[in-house]
Amino acid sequence: MTAVLTITGLTMDFGGLRAVDNVNLDVRQGEIVALIGPNGAGKTTLFNCITGIYKPTAGDIVATPPGGPAKTIHGLKPNQVTEIGLARTFQNIRLFSNMTVLENVMIGRHCRTTSKILGAVLRDGHTRREEAEIVAFSYQLLERVRLERHVNDFARNLPYGAQRRLEIARALATEPFLLLLDEPAAGMNPHETKELDELISRIRAEMDISILLIEHDMKLVMNISDRIFVMEYGKEIAVGTPLEIRGNPKVIEAYLGEEAHA
Amino acid sequence: MEYFLELFLGGLTRGSIYALIALGYTMVYGIIELINFAHGEIYMIGAFTALIVASVLNIMGFGPITILILAMVLAVVYSCAYGFTMEKIAYKPLRHSTRLAPLISAIGMSIFFQNYVLLAQTSDFLPFPSLLPELEFLEPYAFIIRSSEVFIILTTLVVMVLLTLLIKFTRIGKAMRATAQDRTMAMLVGVDVNRVISTTFIIGSSMAAIGGVLIASHIGQINFYIGFIAGIKAFTAAVLGGIGSIPGAVLGSLVLGWTESFATGYISSDYEDVFAFGFLVLILIFRPAGLLGKTTTQKV
Repeated sequence: MTAVLTITGLTMDFGGLRAVDNVNLDVRQGEIVALIGPNGAGKTTLFNCITGIYKPTAGDIVATPPGGPAKTIHGLKPNQVTEIGLARTFQNIRLFSNMTVLENVMIGRHCRTTSKILGAVLRDGHTRREEAEIVAFSYQLLERVRLERHVNDFARNLPYGAQRRLEIARALATEPFLLLLDEPAAGMNPHETKELDELISRIRAEMDISILLIEHDMKLVMNISDRIFVMEYGKEIAVGTPLEIRGNPKVIEAYLGEEAHA
Repeated sequence: MEYFLELFLGGLTRGSIYALIALGYTMVYGIIELINFAHGEIYMIGAFTALIVASVLNIMGFGPITILILAMVLAVVYSCAYGFTMEKIAYKPLRHSTRLAPLISAIGMSIFFQNYVLLAQTSDFLPFPSLLPELEFLEPYAFIIRSSEVFIILTTLVVMVLLTLLIKFTRIGKAMRATAQDRTMAMLVGVDVNRVISTTFIIGSSMAAIGGVLIASHIGQINFYIGFIAGIKAFTAAVLGGIGSIPGAVLGSLVLGWTESFATGYISSDYEDVFAFGFLVLILIFRPAGLLGKTTTQKV
Protein backbone atom coordinates (compact mmCIF):
# COMPACT_ATOMS: atom_id res chain seq x y z
CA MET A 1 0.00 0.00 0.00
CA THR A 2 1.30 3.43 -0.92
CA ALA A 3 1.55 6.19 1.63
CA VAL A 4 -0.62 9.26 1.09
CA LEU A 5 1.20 11.20 3.80
CA THR A 6 4.79 10.79 4.88
CA ILE A 7 6.31 12.87 7.65
CA THR A 8 10.03 12.51 8.32
CA GLY A 9 12.05 14.10 11.10
CA LEU A 10 9.48 16.79 11.78
CA THR A 11 10.51 19.31 14.44
CA MET A 12 8.66 22.41 15.56
CA ASP A 13 10.17 24.91 18.00
CA PHE A 14 8.39 27.79 19.69
CA GLY A 15 11.28 29.87 21.00
CA GLY A 16 13.02 27.53 23.38
CA LEU A 17 10.18 25.03 23.54
CA ARG A 18 10.34 21.99 21.28
CA ALA A 19 6.67 21.12 20.77
CA VAL A 20 7.27 18.45 18.16
CA ASP A 21 10.57 16.59 18.25
CA ASN A 22 11.80 14.59 15.27
CA VAL A 23 8.53 12.84 14.54
CA ASN A 24 8.12 10.28 11.75
CA LEU A 25 4.61 9.34 10.71
CA ASP A 26 2.92 7.92 7.66
CA VAL A 27 -0.64 7.31 6.55
CA ARG A 28 -1.22 4.73 3.83
CA GLN A 29 -4.00 4.86 1.32
CA GLY A 30 -7.35 3.84 2.80
CA GLU A 31 -6.04 3.70 6.35
CA ILE A 32 -7.53 5.14 9.50
CA VAL A 33 -4.63 6.22 11.67
CA ALA A 34 -5.04 7.56 15.19
CA LEU A 35 -2.64 9.92 16.91
CA ILE A 36 -2.90 9.71 20.68
CA GLY A 37 -1.00 11.01 23.66
CA PRO A 38 -1.49 13.00 26.85
CA ASN A 39 -2.50 16.67 26.69
CA GLY A 40 0.33 18.87 25.47
CA ALA A 41 2.06 16.03 23.66
CA GLY A 42 2.19 18.08 20.45
CA LYS A 43 -0.57 16.37 18.50
CA THR A 44 -2.41 19.50 17.45
CA THR A 45 0.89 21.25 16.72
CA LEU A 46 1.67 18.40 14.35
CA PHE A 47 -1.70 18.94 12.65
CA ASN A 48 -0.97 22.65 12.38
CA CYS A 49 2.35 21.87 10.70
CA ILE A 50 0.70 19.50 8.23
CA THR A 51 -2.07 21.93 7.27
CA GLY A 52 0.21 24.92 6.79
CA ILE A 53 -0.78 26.96 9.84
CA TYR A 54 2.74 26.58 11.25
CA LYS A 55 5.96 26.44 9.31
CA PRO A 56 7.94 23.52 10.77
CA THR A 57 11.44 24.22 12.04
CA ALA A 58 12.85 21.11 10.40
CA GLY A 59 11.72 17.96 8.63
CA ASP A 60 9.75 16.98 5.57
CA ILE A 61 6.05 16.53 4.96
CA VAL A 62 5.17 14.87 1.69
CA ALA A 63 1.63 14.27 0.46
CA THR A 64 0.90 11.88 -2.39
CA PRO A 65 -2.58 12.06 -3.91
CA PRO A 66 -3.71 8.60 -5.07
CA GLY A 67 -2.48 8.22 -8.62
CA GLY A 68 -0.64 11.54 -8.53
CA PRO A 69 2.90 12.66 -7.97
CA ALA A 70 4.30 13.23 -4.46
CA LYS A 71 4.23 16.84 -3.30
CA THR A 72 6.23 18.49 -0.56
CA ILE A 73 3.72 20.46 1.49
CA HIS A 74 5.61 21.93 4.44
CA GLY A 75 5.88 25.69 4.06
CA LEU A 76 2.82 25.93 1.83
CA LYS A 77 -0.08 28.17 2.81
CA PRO A 78 -3.18 26.50 4.33
CA ASN A 79 -5.29 27.09 1.23
CA GLN A 80 -2.61 25.52 -0.96
CA VAL A 81 -2.48 22.45 1.30
CA THR A 82 -6.26 22.20 1.07
CA GLU A 83 -6.06 22.48 -2.69
CA ILE A 84 -3.65 19.53 -2.83
CA GLY A 85 -6.26 17.47 -0.99
CA LEU A 86 -5.85 17.58 2.77
CA ALA A 87 -8.75 18.82 4.88
CA ARG A 88 -9.13 19.16 8.62
CA THR A 89 -11.49 19.86 11.49
CA PHE A 90 -10.70 21.49 14.82
CA GLN A 91 -10.74 20.52 18.45
CA ASN A 92 -12.97 23.48 19.27
CA ILE A 93 -15.66 23.88 16.64
CA ARG A 94 -14.79 26.53 14.09
CA LEU A 95 -17.82 26.79 11.86
CA PHE A 96 -18.78 30.00 10.11
CA SER A 97 -21.52 30.49 12.65
CA ASN A 98 -23.25 33.39 10.89
CA MET A 99 -23.69 31.37 7.73
CA THR A 100 -26.28 28.70 7.03
CA VAL A 101 -25.48 25.00 7.13
CA LEU A 102 -25.60 24.83 3.34
CA GLU A 103 -23.37 27.88 2.95
CA ASN A 104 -20.81 26.39 5.30
CA VAL A 105 -20.49 23.39 3.03
CA MET A 106 -20.62 25.50 -0.12
CA ILE A 107 -17.63 27.54 1.02
CA GLY A 108 -15.70 24.27 1.11
CA ARG A 109 -16.19 24.07 -2.66
CA HIS A 110 -14.34 27.35 -3.11
CA CYS A 111 -11.00 25.88 -4.12
CA ARG A 112 -12.61 23.44 -6.54
CA THR A 113 -14.52 26.08 -8.46
CA THR A 114 -13.42 28.99 -10.58
CA SER A 115 -16.15 31.63 -10.95
CA LYS A 116 -14.68 35.12 -10.79
CA ILE A 117 -16.21 38.39 -9.73
CA LEU A 118 -16.99 39.29 -13.34
CA GLY A 119 -18.96 36.06 -13.69
CA ALA A 120 -20.89 36.93 -10.55
CA VAL A 121 -21.93 40.22 -12.12
CA LEU A 122 -22.62 38.95 -15.64
CA ARG A 123 -24.24 35.65 -14.58
CA ASP A 124 -22.98 33.77 -17.63
CA GLY A 125 -23.70 30.12 -18.32
CA HIS A 126 -20.50 28.84 -16.75
CA THR A 127 -21.16 30.64 -13.47
CA ARG A 128 -24.76 29.49 -13.22
CA ARG A 129 -23.89 25.88 -14.05
CA GLU A 130 -21.12 25.93 -11.50
CA GLU A 131 -23.38 27.37 -8.80
CA ALA A 132 -25.99 24.70 -9.46
CA GLU A 133 -23.30 22.03 -9.20
CA ILE A 134 -22.03 23.43 -5.91
CA VAL A 135 -25.52 23.34 -4.39
CA ALA A 136 -26.19 19.78 -5.60
CA PHE A 137 -22.82 18.54 -4.37
CA SER A 138 -23.28 20.23 -0.98
CA TYR A 139 -26.73 18.72 -0.57
CA GLN A 140 -25.35 15.26 -1.18
CA LEU A 141 -22.69 15.77 1.44
CA LEU A 142 -25.25 17.00 3.95
CA GLU A 143 -27.34 13.90 3.32
CA ARG A 144 -24.28 11.80 3.95
CA VAL A 145 -23.81 13.34 7.40
CA ARG A 146 -27.60 13.36 7.98
CA LEU A 147 -27.99 17.14 8.14
CA GLU A 148 -30.29 17.51 5.15
CA ARG A 149 -33.13 18.67 7.40
CA HIS A 150 -31.05 21.60 8.64
CA VAL A 151 -29.76 23.05 5.34
CA ASN A 152 -31.16 26.54 5.92
CA ASP A 153 -30.52 26.78 9.65
CA PHE A 154 -27.72 28.96 10.91
CA ALA A 155 -24.73 26.88 11.88
CA ARG A 156 -24.70 28.38 15.39
CA ASN A 157 -28.20 27.04 16.08
CA LEU A 158 -27.34 23.38 15.50
CA PRO A 159 -26.99 20.95 18.39
CA TYR A 160 -23.41 20.14 19.32
CA GLY A 161 -23.14 16.75 17.65
CA ALA A 162 -24.63 18.15 14.46
CA GLN A 163 -22.10 21.00 14.44
CA ARG A 164 -19.31 18.43 14.56
CA ARG A 165 -20.83 16.53 11.65
CA LEU A 166 -21.18 19.79 9.74
CA GLU A 167 -17.48 20.49 10.24
CA ILE A 168 -16.72 17.12 8.73
CA ALA A 169 -19.06 17.79 5.80
CA ARG A 170 -17.39 21.14 5.18
CA ALA A 171 -13.98 19.46 5.17
CA LEU A 172 -15.27 16.78 2.78
CA ALA A 173 -16.55 19.48 0.42
CA THR A 174 -12.95 20.31 -0.47
CA GLU A 175 -12.64 16.78 -1.94
CA PRO A 176 -9.72 15.64 0.18
CA PHE A 177 -7.88 12.33 -0.13
CA LEU A 178 -6.74 12.70 3.47
CA LEU A 179 -8.99 13.93 6.25
CA LEU A 180 -7.45 15.16 9.50
CA LEU A 181 -9.84 15.11 12.46
CA ASP A 182 -8.76 16.85 15.67
CA GLU A 183 -10.65 15.23 18.55
CA PRO A 184 -13.88 14.68 16.63
CA ALA A 185 -15.56 13.00 19.60
CA ALA A 186 -14.66 15.66 22.17
CA GLY A 187 -17.67 16.53 24.28
CA MET A 188 -19.94 13.97 22.64
CA ASN A 189 -22.21 11.60 24.50
CA PRO A 190 -21.83 7.82 23.91
CA HIS A 191 -24.66 7.78 21.39
CA GLU A 192 -23.14 10.62 19.35
CA THR A 193 -19.73 8.97 19.54
CA LYS A 194 -21.16 5.78 18.12
CA GLU A 195 -22.71 7.71 15.24
CA LEU A 196 -19.38 9.38 14.61
CA ASP A 197 -17.64 6.01 14.61
CA GLU A 198 -20.00 4.84 11.87
CA LEU A 199 -19.64 8.08 9.93
CA ILE A 200 -15.84 7.88 9.88
CA SER A 201 -15.93 4.27 8.74
CA ARG A 202 -18.44 5.14 6.02
CA ILE A 203 -16.34 8.05 4.80
CA ARG A 204 -13.41 5.73 4.31
CA ALA A 205 -15.43 2.96 2.69
CA GLU A 206 -17.64 5.03 0.41
CA MET A 207 -15.46 8.00 -0.46
CA ASP A 208 -12.05 6.37 -0.54
CA ILE A 209 -10.55 8.87 1.88
CA SER A 210 -7.71 8.10 4.29
CA ILE A 211 -8.09 9.46 7.80
CA LEU A 212 -5.68 10.73 10.44
CA LEU A 213 -7.35 11.54 13.73
CA ILE A 214 -6.40 12.83 17.14
CA GLU A 215 -8.64 11.36 19.80
CA HIS A 216 -8.84 10.79 23.53
CA ASP A 217 -11.82 8.46 23.46
CA MET A 218 -9.95 5.13 23.66
CA LYS A 219 -12.97 3.05 22.78
CA LEU A 220 -13.40 4.94 19.51
CA VAL A 221 -9.67 4.81 18.77
CA MET A 222 -9.35 1.09 19.39
CA ASN A 223 -12.50 0.43 17.38
CA ILE A 224 -11.77 2.15 14.13
CA SER A 225 -8.00 2.61 13.81
CA ASP A 226 -5.79 0.43 11.66
CA ARG A 227 -2.69 1.83 13.30
CA ILE A 228 -1.98 4.09 16.22
CA PHE A 229 0.85 6.58 16.76
CA VAL A 230 1.55 7.60 20.36
CA MET A 231 3.22 10.90 21.24
CA GLU A 232 4.50 12.21 24.53
CA TYR A 233 6.36 15.48 25.18
CA GLY A 234 6.64 16.07 21.44
CA LYS A 235 8.29 12.72 20.80
CA GLU A 236 6.83 9.69 19.13
CA ILE A 237 7.00 6.83 21.62
CA ALA A 238 5.17 3.99 19.90
CA VAL A 239 3.54 2.87 16.65
CA GLY A 240 1.41 -0.19 16.04
CA THR A 241 -1.95 -1.83 15.68
CA PRO A 242 -4.50 -1.23 18.44
CA LEU A 243 -3.62 -4.61 19.90
CA GLU A 244 0.10 -3.85 20.01
CA ILE A 245 -0.49 -0.43 21.52
CA ARG A 246 -2.79 -1.85 24.18
CA GLY A 247 0.03 -4.14 25.31
CA ASN A 248 2.90 -1.66 24.98
CA PRO A 249 4.29 -0.94 28.48
CA LYS A 250 5.69 2.45 27.42
CA VAL A 251 2.25 3.58 26.30
CA ILE A 252 0.57 2.24 29.39
CA GLU A 253 3.01 4.17 31.51
CA ALA A 254 2.71 7.39 29.54
CA TYR A 255 -0.93 7.45 28.81
CA LEU A 256 -3.20 4.56 29.47
CA GLY A 257 -1.51 4.00 32.82
CA GLU A 258 -3.04 7.17 34.18
CA GLU A 259 -6.46 5.91 33.25
CA ALA A 260 -5.85 2.45 34.61
CA HIS A 261 -5.10 3.95 38.01
CA ALA A 262 -8.08 6.24 37.96
CA MET B 1 -43.61 70.68 4.53
CA GLU B 2 -41.86 71.44 1.23
CA TYR B 3 -38.88 72.70 3.14
CA PHE B 4 -38.83 69.53 5.21
CA LEU B 5 -39.00 67.39 2.06
CA GLU B 6 -36.17 69.37 0.49
CA LEU B 7 -34.00 68.82 3.55
CA PHE B 8 -34.99 65.17 3.73
CA LEU B 9 -34.01 64.52 0.11
CA GLY B 10 -30.86 66.59 0.47
CA GLY B 11 -29.92 64.47 3.45
CA LEU B 12 -30.70 61.31 1.55
CA THR B 13 -28.39 62.44 -1.26
CA ARG B 14 -25.56 63.23 1.14
CA GLY B 15 -26.16 59.98 2.95
CA SER B 16 -26.05 58.02 -0.31
CA ILE B 17 -22.65 59.43 -1.18
CA TYR B 18 -21.35 58.79 2.33
CA ALA B 19 -22.66 55.24 2.05
CA LEU B 20 -20.80 54.57 -1.20
CA ILE B 21 -17.55 55.55 0.52
CA ALA B 22 -18.36 54.15 3.97
CA LEU B 23 -18.91 50.69 2.50
CA GLY B 24 -15.29 50.59 1.42
CA TYR B 25 -14.14 51.45 4.94
CA THR B 26 -16.39 48.95 6.61
CA MET B 27 -15.69 46.07 4.22
CA VAL B 28 -11.93 46.45 4.49
CA TYR B 29 -12.25 46.68 8.27
CA GLY B 30 -14.47 43.61 8.33
CA ILE B 31 -11.88 41.57 6.49
CA ILE B 32 -8.48 42.74 7.74
CA GLU B 33 -9.38 45.02 10.68
CA LEU B 34 -7.64 47.97 9.11
CA ILE B 35 -8.99 51.51 8.94
CA ASN B 36 -7.92 52.37 5.42
CA PHE B 37 -7.43 56.11 5.80
CA ALA B 38 -6.41 56.44 2.16
CA HIS B 39 -9.87 55.31 1.04
CA GLY B 40 -11.09 58.91 0.67
CA GLU B 41 -8.20 59.57 -1.70
CA ILE B 42 -9.36 56.74 -3.95
CA TYR B 43 -12.66 58.56 -4.21
CA MET B 44 -10.81 61.78 -5.10
CA ILE B 45 -8.74 59.97 -7.73
CA GLY B 46 -11.96 58.60 -9.21
CA ALA B 47 -13.36 62.12 -9.51
CA PHE B 48 -10.14 63.43 -11.10
CA THR B 49 -10.03 60.57 -13.60
CA ALA B 50 -13.61 61.30 -14.60
CA LEU B 51 -12.79 65.00 -15.01
CA ILE B 52 -9.83 64.27 -17.29
CA VAL B 53 -11.72 61.70 -19.34
CA ALA B 54 -14.76 63.96 -19.66
CA SER B 55 -12.68 66.94 -20.75
CA VAL B 56 -10.84 64.93 -23.41
CA LEU B 57 -14.01 63.32 -24.71
CA ASN B 58 -15.78 66.68 -24.74
CA ILE B 59 -13.06 68.15 -26.98
CA MET B 60 -13.34 65.11 -29.22
CA GLY B 61 -17.04 65.87 -29.56
CA PHE B 62 -18.72 62.91 -27.91
CA GLY B 63 -22.32 63.10 -26.70
CA PRO B 64 -23.15 63.63 -23.00
CA ILE B 65 -24.39 60.10 -22.34
CA THR B 66 -21.27 58.52 -23.90
CA ILE B 67 -19.10 60.86 -21.87
CA LEU B 68 -20.92 59.98 -18.65
CA ILE B 69 -20.61 56.24 -19.18
CA LEU B 70 -16.97 56.27 -20.32
CA ALA B 71 -15.95 58.68 -17.57
CA MET B 72 -17.66 56.51 -14.96
CA VAL B 73 -16.13 53.28 -16.28
CA LEU B 74 -12.61 54.68 -16.51
CA ALA B 75 -12.90 56.30 -13.08
CA VAL B 76 -13.85 52.90 -11.65
CA VAL B 77 -11.00 51.14 -13.49
CA TYR B 78 -8.39 53.69 -12.37
CA SER B 79 -9.59 53.73 -8.77
CA CYS B 80 -9.56 49.95 -8.66
CA ALA B 81 -6.01 49.91 -9.97
CA TYR B 82 -4.95 52.39 -7.28
CA GLY B 83 -6.83 50.54 -4.53
CA PHE B 84 -5.43 47.17 -5.59
CA THR B 85 -1.85 48.45 -5.85
CA MET B 86 -2.08 50.35 -2.58
CA GLU B 87 -3.06 47.16 -0.74
CA LYS B 88 -0.20 45.19 -2.32
CA ILE B 89 2.44 47.84 -1.61
CA ALA B 90 1.37 49.46 1.63
CA TYR B 91 -0.70 46.90 3.57
CA LYS B 92 0.11 43.36 2.52
CA PRO B 93 3.77 43.41 3.63
CA LEU B 94 2.58 44.62 7.06
CA ARG B 95 -0.14 42.07 7.57
CA HIS B 96 1.68 40.13 10.26
CA SER B 97 3.18 43.10 12.09
CA THR B 98 1.56 45.11 14.89
CA ARG B 99 -1.87 46.59 14.29
CA LEU B 100 -0.53 50.14 14.30
CA ALA B 101 1.89 49.59 11.40
CA PRO B 102 -0.67 49.30 8.59
CA LEU B 103 -2.65 52.14 10.15
CA ILE B 104 0.34 54.47 9.94
CA SER B 105 0.98 53.18 6.44
CA ALA B 106 -2.61 54.06 5.53
CA ILE B 107 -2.19 57.63 6.81
CA GLY B 108 1.02 57.81 4.79
CA MET B 109 -0.77 56.64 1.65
CA SER B 110 -3.46 59.26 2.22
CA ILE B 111 -0.89 62.07 2.42
CA PHE B 112 1.02 60.63 -0.53
CA PHE B 113 -2.04 60.50 -2.80
CA GLN B 114 -3.11 64.04 -1.89
CA ASN B 115 0.30 65.44 -2.73
CA TYR B 116 0.61 63.28 -5.81
CA VAL B 117 -2.57 64.77 -7.24
CA LEU B 118 -1.59 68.22 -6.00
CA LEU B 119 1.69 68.03 -7.94
CA ALA B 120 0.38 66.16 -10.97
CA GLN B 121 -2.72 68.35 -11.33
CA THR B 122 -3.20 71.55 -9.39
CA SER B 123 -3.99 72.94 -5.97
CA ASP B 124 -6.88 75.04 -7.30
CA PHE B 125 -10.49 74.06 -7.39
CA LEU B 126 -11.33 72.80 -10.88
CA PRO B 127 -14.80 73.15 -12.38
CA PHE B 128 -16.39 69.77 -12.92
CA PRO B 129 -18.84 69.44 -15.82
CA SER B 130 -22.34 68.35 -14.91
CA LEU B 131 -22.24 64.90 -16.48
CA LEU B 132 -25.66 63.91 -15.20
CA PRO B 133 -28.46 64.74 -17.62
CA GLU B 134 -31.34 67.03 -16.58
CA LEU B 135 -34.68 65.29 -16.25
CA GLU B 136 -37.40 67.47 -17.71
CA PHE B 137 -40.32 65.96 -15.82
CA LEU B 138 -38.62 67.01 -12.58
CA GLU B 139 -38.56 70.69 -13.50
CA PRO B 140 -41.75 71.61 -11.60
CA TYR B 141 -40.19 70.17 -8.46
CA ALA B 142 -36.80 71.81 -8.91
CA PHE B 143 -37.16 73.65 -5.59
CA ILE B 144 -37.37 70.28 -3.78
CA ILE B 145 -35.01 68.02 -5.68
CA ARG B 146 -32.52 68.36 -8.51
CA SER B 147 -32.01 65.80 -11.28
CA SER B 148 -28.51 65.05 -10.09
CA GLU B 149 -29.87 64.18 -6.65
CA VAL B 150 -32.28 61.70 -8.20
CA PHE B 151 -29.39 60.12 -10.09
CA ILE B 152 -27.26 59.90 -6.97
CA ILE B 153 -30.00 58.26 -4.91
CA LEU B 154 -30.95 55.80 -7.64
CA THR B 155 -27.36 54.86 -8.49
CA THR B 156 -26.59 54.27 -4.84
CA LEU B 157 -29.69 52.12 -4.50
CA VAL B 158 -28.67 49.97 -7.47
CA VAL B 159 -25.11 49.63 -6.17
CA MET B 160 -26.39 48.59 -2.73
CA VAL B 161 -28.67 45.94 -4.18
CA LEU B 162 -25.87 44.57 -6.38
CA LEU B 163 -23.48 44.51 -3.43
CA THR B 164 -25.99 42.69 -1.24
CA LEU B 165 -26.59 40.07 -3.92
CA LEU B 166 -22.87 39.70 -4.48
CA ILE B 167 -22.16 39.14 -0.81
CA LYS B 168 -25.13 36.93 -0.10
CA PHE B 169 -25.24 34.63 -3.08
CA THR B 170 -21.99 34.47 -5.01
CA ARG B 171 -18.91 32.34 -4.55
CA ILE B 172 -16.66 35.31 -3.89
CA GLY B 173 -19.23 36.80 -1.51
CA LYS B 174 -19.25 33.66 0.58
CA ALA B 175 -15.47 33.64 0.60
CA MET B 176 -15.53 37.26 1.84
CA ARG B 177 -17.94 36.46 4.65
CA ALA B 178 -15.94 33.41 5.63
CA THR B 179 -12.69 35.39 5.66
CA ALA B 180 -14.28 38.11 7.79
CA GLN B 181 -15.46 35.56 10.35
CA ASP B 182 -12.37 33.38 10.65
CA ARG B 183 -9.45 33.99 8.34
CA THR B 184 -7.47 30.86 9.27
CA MET B 185 -10.47 28.61 8.89
CA ALA B 186 -11.28 30.20 5.54
CA MET B 187 -7.78 29.33 4.36
CA LEU B 188 -8.22 25.79 5.64
CA VAL B 189 -11.32 25.25 3.55
CA GLY B 190 -9.30 26.38 0.56
CA VAL B 191 -10.07 30.09 0.26
CA ASP B 192 -7.19 32.12 -1.15
CA VAL B 193 -7.36 34.91 1.41
CA ASN B 194 -4.99 37.21 -0.48
CA ARG B 195 -7.31 37.16 -3.43
CA VAL B 196 -10.33 37.84 -1.22
CA ILE B 197 -8.57 40.84 0.30
CA SER B 198 -7.65 42.18 -3.14
CA THR B 199 -11.23 41.73 -4.30
CA THR B 200 -12.49 43.62 -1.26
CA PHE B 201 -10.22 46.55 -2.07
CA ILE B 202 -11.37 46.47 -5.70
CA ILE B 203 -15.05 46.47 -4.76
CA GLY B 204 -14.54 49.24 -2.19
CA SER B 205 -12.54 51.34 -4.65
CA SER B 206 -15.08 51.03 -7.43
CA MET B 207 -17.88 52.17 -5.13
CA ALA B 208 -15.78 55.11 -3.97
CA ALA B 209 -15.07 56.05 -7.60
CA ILE B 210 -18.78 55.97 -8.45
CA GLY B 211 -19.42 58.18 -5.44
CA GLY B 212 -16.64 60.53 -6.54
CA VAL B 213 -18.00 61.01 -10.04
CA LEU B 214 -21.56 61.50 -8.80
CA ILE B 215 -20.79 64.06 -6.13
CA ALA B 216 -18.33 65.97 -8.32
CA SER B 217 -20.98 66.41 -11.01
CA HIS B 218 -23.50 67.38 -8.35
CA ILE B 219 -21.36 70.01 -6.68
CA GLY B 220 -19.51 71.08 -9.80
CA GLN B 221 -15.96 71.48 -8.55
CA ILE B 222 -13.14 69.34 -7.19
CA ASN B 223 -9.64 69.70 -5.80
CA PHE B 224 -7.05 67.35 -4.33
CA TYR B 225 -8.43 67.75 -0.82
CA ILE B 226 -12.05 66.55 -1.32
CA GLY B 227 -11.11 62.97 -0.51
CA PHE B 228 -9.92 63.85 2.96
CA ILE B 229 -13.14 65.57 4.04
CA ALA B 230 -15.42 63.01 2.43
CA GLY B 231 -13.27 60.22 3.83
CA ILE B 232 -13.54 61.52 7.39
CA LYS B 233 -17.31 61.90 7.07
CA ALA B 234 -17.74 58.43 5.58
CA PHE B 235 -15.49 56.96 8.22
CA THR B 236 -17.66 58.64 10.85
CA ALA B 237 -20.73 57.14 9.21
CA ALA B 238 -19.16 53.68 9.22
CA VAL B 239 -18.33 53.96 12.93
CA LEU B 240 -21.77 55.36 13.64
CA GLY B 241 -23.40 52.32 12.02
CA GLY B 242 -20.98 49.85 13.55
CA ILE B 243 -17.69 49.37 11.74
CA GLY B 244 -17.48 46.05 9.94
CA SER B 245 -21.24 45.89 9.39
CA ILE B 246 -22.42 46.49 5.82
CA PRO B 247 -26.05 47.42 6.62
CA GLY B 248 -24.59 49.47 9.47
CA ALA B 249 -22.50 51.54 7.08
CA VAL B 250 -25.56 52.37 5.00
CA LEU B 251 -27.70 53.20 8.02
CA GLY B 252 -24.93 55.26 9.61
CA SER B 253 -24.44 57.19 6.38
CA LEU B 254 -28.13 58.01 6.06
CA VAL B 255 -28.36 59.06 9.70
CA LEU B 256 -25.31 61.28 9.27
CA GLY B 257 -26.66 62.74 6.01
CA TRP B 258 -30.00 63.61 7.59
CA THR B 259 -28.45 64.99 10.76
CA GLU B 260 -26.32 67.38 8.73
CA SER B 261 -29.13 68.30 6.40
CA PHE B 262 -31.74 69.01 9.10
CA ALA B 263 -29.32 70.69 11.46
CA THR B 264 -28.08 73.08 8.79
CA GLY B 265 -31.58 73.65 7.47
CA TYR B 266 -33.38 74.33 10.74
CA ILE B 267 -30.62 75.61 12.98
CA SER B 268 -27.52 76.99 11.35
CA SER B 269 -25.34 76.04 8.42
CA ASP B 270 -22.23 77.22 10.23
CA TYR B 271 -22.29 74.25 12.58
CA GLU B 272 -22.83 71.39 10.12
CA ASP B 273 -19.81 69.42 11.32
CA VAL B 274 -20.49 70.17 14.96
CA PHE B 275 -23.88 68.53 14.72
CA ALA B 276 -22.55 65.58 12.77
CA PHE B 277 -19.77 64.80 15.20
CA GLY B 278 -21.83 65.72 18.27
CA PHE B 279 -24.35 63.12 17.17
CA LEU B 280 -21.56 60.59 16.69
CA VAL B 281 -20.33 61.18 20.24
CA LEU B 282 -23.86 60.78 21.59
CA ILE B 283 -24.43 57.49 19.80
CA LEU B 284 -21.08 56.10 20.81
CA ILE B 285 -21.79 56.91 24.44
CA PHE B 286 -24.97 54.84 24.40
CA ARG B 287 -23.97 52.25 21.81
CA PRO B 288 -20.19 51.94 21.79
CA ALA B 289 -20.22 49.38 18.98
CA GLY B 290 -22.32 51.63 16.74
CA LEU B 291 -25.95 51.31 15.68
CA LEU B 292 -25.74 47.82 14.17
CA GLY B 293 -22.34 46.76 15.43
CA LYS B 294 -22.00 43.73 17.61
CA THR B 295 -20.10 43.88 20.84
CA THR B 296 -17.77 40.99 20.19
CA THR B 297 -15.69 39.26 22.76
CA GLN B 298 -12.14 38.47 21.75
CA LYS B 299 -11.85 35.02 20.26
CA VAL B 300 -9.66 32.66 22.24
